[in-house]
Amino acid sequence: MSVLLYRIDDRLIHGQVVVGWGQPLGLGFIVLVDDEVAASEWEQELYRMGVPPEMDVYFSTVDEAARELARWTADPRPGILLTADIDTMCRLLRKAPGVRAINLGGIHHRAGRVQRLRYIYLAPAEEEVLRAIEASGVTVTARDVPAARALPLSDVLTRDGTS
Amino acid sequence: MTNNDRAAIVAGHGDFATGIISAVDRITGCGELFVPMSNAGLGAEAIEQRLRELLAEHHAQVIFADLAAGSCSIAACRLVRECDVIVVTGVNLPALVFYATHQELPLREAAAQSVVRASSSIRLLAGK
Repeated sequence: MSVLLYRIDDRLIHGQVVVGWGQPLGLGFIVLVDDEVAASEWEQELYRMGVPPEMDVYFSTVDEAARELARWTADPRPGILLTADIDTMCRLLRKAPGVRAINLGGIHHRAGRVQRLRYIYLAPAEEEVLRAIEASGVTVTARDVPAARALPLSDVLTRDGTS
Repeated sequence: MTNNDRAAIVAGHGDFATGIISAVDRITGCGELFVPMSNAGLGAEAIEQRLRELLAEHHAQVIFADLAAGSCSIAACRLVRECDVIVVTGVNLPALVFYATHQELPLREAAAQSVVRASSSIRLLAGK
């Protein structure tokens, strides 16, 4: 089954991921790629708290994830890989070529960002990075929950948050 | 600002907080005890910041959050590390009704008992 979704979501593990995606995909594992969380047992415990016992959670730095990705993609269970921000996903893609698509699941308001969708706010520099990712052959779409339609990056970048 | 030293934050997805507080108010008349917060449109850091602001503004010491795996619960649990706050996750209506109607109990006991009430109130009844 492999890693079914490479998702950028600044909330990392939360209801939409565990329930919204977890149940329809029948997730067997979540990979959380974040250098800070990977260094903090307390943070890991926090994220593990809400995950059902039958679902494994692997915490990893970007470097570790690049090394382990082949193993996770060979896992017979369906999995999801999460990063909290575009930069982390971008670093992973550079170190682990072969990812074909990424999902923008939740990038919320911060100073300097413009609202594109209800759940996507982007700074100009972040938009450039996403364009570069797509130009490298990786499909970029936005979709918060499985029931929603996946919006192509080109569509996302023309939105103003009102639709 | 709520005018009560038992003020509690209710945090959750969408309109969960305002809805459940409205229900508590209908049942007990004590809805003003609770301060609603929605995670709508907020990232993890902003949720944590908003919770911190509401705790300070309302002198609240308890956070009731909806989904144990949810972003509000995770942000609330993160605050436990740095301040004297009690967090209850997976909150339901019986829990809040209990908390609202047992203001004579010490705060921690009221929160702890609300968890017991929440769990024990979930029952399955099935017809033949």
